[in-house]
Amino acid sequence: MGILSIIIKRLGLGVLTLFLVSIIIFLAVNMLPGDFAQALLGQAATPEAVAAIRADLGLDRPIANRYFDWLVGAARGDFGTSFAQANFSAYVGENSSSNYGSVATQLAPRFANTVFLASVTAVIAIPISLAIGILAALYRYSIFDRVANVSTLTSISSPEFFVAYILILVLAVLNPLLPSLSNIFDGMSFAERLEKTLLPALTLTLVVTAHMMRMTRAAIINLLASPYIEMARLKGLSPFRVIVVHALPNALAPIINVVALNLAYLITGVVVVEVVFVYPGIGQLFVDSVKIRDIPVVQACCMVFASAYILLNLLADIMAILSNPRLRIPK
Amino acid sequence: MNNRFSRRTLLQTSAAAGLLSTMGMPALAAPKHGGRLRLGLAGANTSDTWDSRTHSDNYMINMGAGCVFETLTEVASDGSLKGELAESWEATPDAKVWTFNLRKGVKFHNGKSFGADDVIESMKMHVEEGAKSAAKPIVSSVEEMKKLSDNQVQFTLKSGSADFPYLVSDYHICIFPAGMIAEAISKGIGTGPYQVVSFEPGVRTLVKKYEDHYRADTVGYFAEVEAIAIADASARMNAMMTGQVDAVNRVDFKTVPLMKANPNVEIIEVTGNMHNVFPMLCKMEPFNNVHVRQALKHAVNRQEMVDKILLGHGAIGNDHPIGPANQYYAGNLPQIQYDPDKAKFHMNKAGMGNLKLDLHVSEGAFAGATDAGQLYSNSAAKCGITINVIQEPADGYWSNVWMKKPWCASYWSGRATEDWMFQTAYESGQPWNEAGWENERFQSLLKQGRSELDSAKRRDIYTEMQSLCSQEGGTIIPMYQNYLDAASTKLAHGPKVGNLWMLDNSRISKRWWFA
Repeated sequence: MGILSIIIKRLGLGVLTLFLVSIIIFLAVNMLPGDFAQALLGQAATPEAVAAIRADLGLDRPIANRYFDWLVGAARGDFGTSFAQANFSAYVGENSSSNYGSVATQLAPRFANTVFLASVTAVIAIPISLAIGILAALYRYSIFDRVANVSTLTSISSPEFFVAYILILVLAVLNPLLPSLSNIFDGMSFAERLEKTLLPALTLTLVVTAHMMRMTRAAIINLLASPYIEMARLKGLSPFRVIVVHALPNALAPIINVVALNLAYLITGVVVVEVVFVYPGIGQLFVDSVKIRDIPVVQACCMVFASAYILLNLLADIMAILSNPRLRIPK
Repeated sequence: MNNRFSRRTLLQTSAAAGLLSTMGMPALAAPKHGGRLRLGLAGANTSDTWDSRTHSDNYMINMGAGCVFETLTEVASDGSLKGELAESWEATPDAKVWTFNLRKGVKFHNGKSFGADDVIESMKMHVEEGAKSAAKPIVSSVEEMKKLSDNQVQFTLKSGSADFPYLVSDYHICIFPAGMIAEAISKGIGTGPYQVVSFEPGVRTLVKKYEDHYRADTVGYFAEVEAIAIADASARMNAMMTGQVDAVNRVDFKTVPLMKANPNVEIIEVTGNMHNVFPMLCKMEPFNNVHVRQALKHAVNRQEMVDKILLGHGAIGNDHPIGPANQYYAGNLPQIQYDPDKAKFHMNKAGMGNLKLDLHVSEGAFAGATDAGQLYSNSAAKCGITINVIQEPADGYWSNVWMKKPWCASYWSGRATEDWMFQTAYESGQPWNEAGWENERFQSLLKQGRSELDSAKRRDIYTEMQSLCSQEGGTIIPMYQNYLDAASTKLAHGPKVGNLWMLDNSRISKRWWFA
């Protein structure tokens, strides 16, 4: 089977997954107590006001109809307008422009911010974890190996918000080196943006390093028992050369896989970190939207999350195939 | 923050402290202009807009009526009523016809000059048929609006209302430019001392000083105000502690000692009208029996709740909603005490030996409501009353539990005037009359007080109403909760800080300055 047909098949399955995810999310949000009208009005909710908002937004229609309308729009790439915007138009007049626009325009800058945070984290975390992983394999069972294992496992086992607060305490409160508030916005210079993003990026680095580092170490150690490694050793190659030149290329597939998985996590799993650091990414938008039951935004966020997972996994598989000649050349 | 205190900083601080004590109040120094005020605020939503009809949480109140817009009148930090866009006002003796004289030379941020038309059209947003404004019940008494001249507006009310000038200070009733209200709401165009630079709902707002403001010298001293939405309490406190913001609202009670230890942070604590309540639906069994209500009033240990739920940041309540920030607050009424014997006495009178009740609570009602319910249950057990505390989800609480279940937890921020508060939550026929307590004397006094202009008579009326409410009413009000904010010591403010809303009645940007 050629790579192209694999990609096509996987993309087809991806679309099916997205479809199922969208149904589950739609049902789940609808099952939560309260809806947009009630969340928006809060204590000021009178039955008439709630009914008026529901009628404006079409929330009084059957759930199947609402889902189908959404699906038809989404299939054409139109994620609609958020309830907040629709409600605003109903208040002020159809043609009023506001700060939201469509769901897509609301989502795009937030997604860009999250990707920026994920990239900064990846740039720090991937080299560090690969280096530690390789060194740990090289000096396995040494003090270095044990310290690396224990410390990375400790950081991955602590809840993210805890790691975040510890870092804030050490790097922002006791030693004011970095800002604890990562409120980036348009018009900031790259350097400023980077400085503000550093603490959440470090937090996420601590969270994802263990996984990647241990997979690198395990994959390499796994190969060290192979006959061809023994051959290399017998040739008199240095242990470093044996690992980096002979073992690592064959260990790439599982490493790439775990890196891609962690990249996906950096995009979809950053909700807590974004909230703690007040980082205006897609995770915070997602939380805010669930809070006010703004279903179109919630749906769009979930589609982005699911797509990121699907695409990065696909990418990992393709990279794994490309890195392995036995898989690259079809039988 | 450096934990070590060098001799130099110690000398500097004590010198500063000495200076302050000799000067009496920093407010005596003339306010300085300039600087960027950075606010870290809870209460922002991605659904926020500049439409003041929908403003309900602290963030938009601060940025709307507190920065960009103005109302006809405002409640000053000392509790007195002052004109904002209105210069003065007078009423006919029956308090039915009110004439407001508007300020001259006022301009909106887009250059349009302000006049009577703007007031009338902005008011229509709340008054007209089918208006979807949260302020609709407040101004529903307006029957007719007339433009007497460019700078004079006359309101005719359906019945007299002595508090009408207070009502138009409400943060919902901002004045928009007539003929372009939709545009003004989209962009945030008002007459306030700050104009919008950028607005990202639920994230960040930046406004800058509007140089053509008619009182640019005395209102709005900052060059810029930046409001950052920080929902997470710990993140907000961290931002304050590390000096990344100059002021925050809703300080977590537990962190107060930590914040007080920071020499750069001042805790702003005021007791206002905000109160936590347990309303009983008086039309339902067994709450229709006044003795059951009185038994429950004596079955709650109020001081314990203030100590344990508010950690002392509050005051005990007396089952009427009028607080220290109100003009006719009757502080000398007999305080209802925790008294198991009295509670048992009333239970016997009611003919109920063993009473079992469900109390519905939620963190959505007020922070600590669940624990408050447990405390209530414990103290009531000693009075022979079994309270079963049922925890409800915060989502949809106000729609599904409040005013639906016979007994639940709730809260009120309080209102600037007695009539406003009673009208909102105690007048029969109003949508938020949460206990549905019907008392003829109380309801007739309410109408009487509304159209009475004589201050002494009003005091008598409102004292009697508070007493009635306290003795027989359908709402248990165990505690007033303080407004707790924190601000940088670099900021200076007037001799008093308003206690009607958080952050100096949400007008910190208009009133404070960098010392």
